[in-house]
Amino acid sequence: MLAEHSGGTVSDSTRELLGKAAELAGGLGGTAQVAVLGPADLAGQLGGAATVLWMDHPALAGYVPQAYEVALAHLLAERSPRLLLLSNATVGLDLGAALAVLWDAPMAAYATRLAVEDGVPVATCQVLGGKALAEVELPGDRGIATVVAGSFPASPPGTGTAPEVVAVPPPPGLDGVATRLRRVIEPEAGDVDITAADVLVSVGRGIGSKDDIEIVAELADALGAALSASRPVTDNGWLPKTRQVGKSGLKVKPRAYLAFGISGAPEHLEGMRDAELIIACNTDASAPIFDVAHYGTTADLFDLVPALTERLNG
Amino acid sequence: MRIVVPLKTVPDLVEEIEFTPDGAGIDTEYLTFVLSEWDDQALEEALLVREAAGGQVVAVGLDGDPEIGQVLYTAIAKGADAAVRIAGQAGSARARSALLAAYLRRNPADLIVTGVQTVDDLDGQLAPMLAARLGLPHAGVVTGVEPGDGSVTVRQEFSGGRSQELELPLPAVIGVQAARQAPRYAPISKIRQVMAAGGIEDAAADAGEAGEGPLVRRMYAPERTTRAQMLEGGADAVAGQIVELLAARGLVKG
Ligand SMILES: Cc1cc2nc3c(=O)[nH]c(=O)nc-3n(C[C@H](O)[C@H](O)[C@H](O)COP(=O)(O)OP(=O)(O)OC[C@H]3O[C@@H](n4cnc5c(N)ncnc54)[C@H](O)[C@@H]3O)c2cc1C
Repeated sequence: MLAEHSGGTVSDSTRELLGKAAELAGGLGGTAQVAVLGPADLAGQLGGAATVLWMDHPALAGYVPQAYEVALAHLLAERSPRLLLLSNATVGLDLGAALAVLWDAPMAAYATRLAVEDGVPVATCQVLGGKALAEVELPGDRGIATVVAGSFPASPPGTGTAPEVVAVPPPPGLDGVATRLRRVIEPEAGDVDITAADVLVSVGRGIGSKDDIEIVAELADALGAALSASRPVTDNGWLPKTRQVGKSGLKVKPRAYLAFGISGAPEHLEGMRDAELIIACNTDASAPIFDVAHYGTTADLFDLVPALTERLNG
Repeated sequence: MRIVVPLKTVPDLVEEIEFTPDGAGIDTEYLTFVLSEWDDQALEEALLVREAAGGQVVAVGLDGDPEIGQVLYTAIAKGADAAVRIAGQAGSARARSALLAAYLRRNPADLIVTGVQTVDDLDGQLAPMLAARLGLPHAGVVTGVEPGDGSVTVRQEFSGGRSQELELPLPAVIGVQAARQAPRYAPISKIRQVMAAGGIEDAAADAGEAGEGPLVRRMYAPERTTRAQMLEGGADAVAGQIVELLAARGLVKG
């Protein structure tokens, strides 16, 4: 597996992969090895793995897809692992499919479950916006799985014995990497911190237009709640980016999350499934949001939202 | 700059998904197919790059994809300079990338811009596969492409709102998450006009061996173990129940 890290700390998704990698390695009769690329000394945070394969080179100073790809392709050719695990987020979305071609390995994307059955890795993958699951085998002598965040429990930092660190000399290909990392941009602070709100009124593409955001804003006011949104709403500029809940937005855990016109795509659920109370309004009874919601309604949001506001203000 | 934009259609998720009797796939017979939303974003970003840097936007699709003709005509109506329908069918991103790579080897592009993912690319995403086959640099989850001199600078997003700027030498492959502005809209009248004029080119592509993907054992709907309790009644009755649920937790003011 690949360790993702920034600022000297391994990511949550990497800690989620650690325990699973060790379990799968056990099932396959092998060991869990973690690739660490760049100058970071992370072995202390990667307890549970047997080995850290550490490679450093100026091209690996930050995350550059081309450099990571050259480095990993080299490690895969040298080590011939049975299975490569990556996160199904930016880094895994860049590298998994590219390595599937370069290393000629079958790949399972969007994996939420992984097991070894009769010596073969089996992945369950979430597709069609969460409306279908596919159970796939990765037969042969190699395979790649990219894992959806939140699928496995994260190993707490400092658990397990520290792995042995093997320094791997960088391949010459890294000298030829022409992609440049220009700058890293930290998230902007918003006018409202949606991660601190007790109640969130969250709006999705079902709202249809910027003008209609007003009706959910009025409901949020009546409830004393903060207004948040799914990605299409912020992409369209209907609400600021700082209000976005989900994979590339913020992870929230309010006491109540009211979702209006949000389908419940896996990338959205990643950010809100731990809310204490989830109430979802969606006209499509088969929308995946109802799989995580505690209460649901197929009422039209344009009827329900004003009715709620009226009651609360009444 | 020649910008090629691979487009793909996917099942419209507003509809109920049915599975084939053997349980190994989805039954597409009654499904409506629409352009993948990330491909729509990619087309928009490509048009913005062309507006800034000049050149040509070529939308390409596989003729085996349902509704691809409509999608390609719509792309022209939105401003694409040309549209190409490549002969072939692809049941996986791996096979699709092989067909597109064969086309691109014969018709090289400076920039290839497609969606970061689709809702059905179970075996991996197209952009990195295409880049790997063509030996090109690539980046995904991109939310803006600025053309430069022999390069592009892209904004790549990470979880939690972090992002970074990468400069990639051309040719390069970009997987777009979102364009800098909402995808433009083509009026039906304009699409009809484009359709009447024809103008989709047909191209052959010899993909050769695509390589092995995963073996699909079964596809099924997620078990509804923690299914929401549905609130009954009209909007007003439902509103009453929601207010009660919130009030019971002390979450209603006053
Ligand atoms: C790398 C990556 C990162 C991503 N990060 C995020 C993220 O951080 N956050 C995020 O949200 N998404 C993210 N996405 C996008 C995600 O895949 C989905 O596209 C998105 O969540 C869909 O938003 P939605 O539910 O609002 O829209 P849709 O899926 O279009 O759903 C709209 C829903 O509204 C319902 N509806 C329509 N009209 C009404 C009505 N009148 N009343 C009630 N219901 C109605 C429809 O039935 C439908 O279910 C990411 C994607 C990628 C690839």
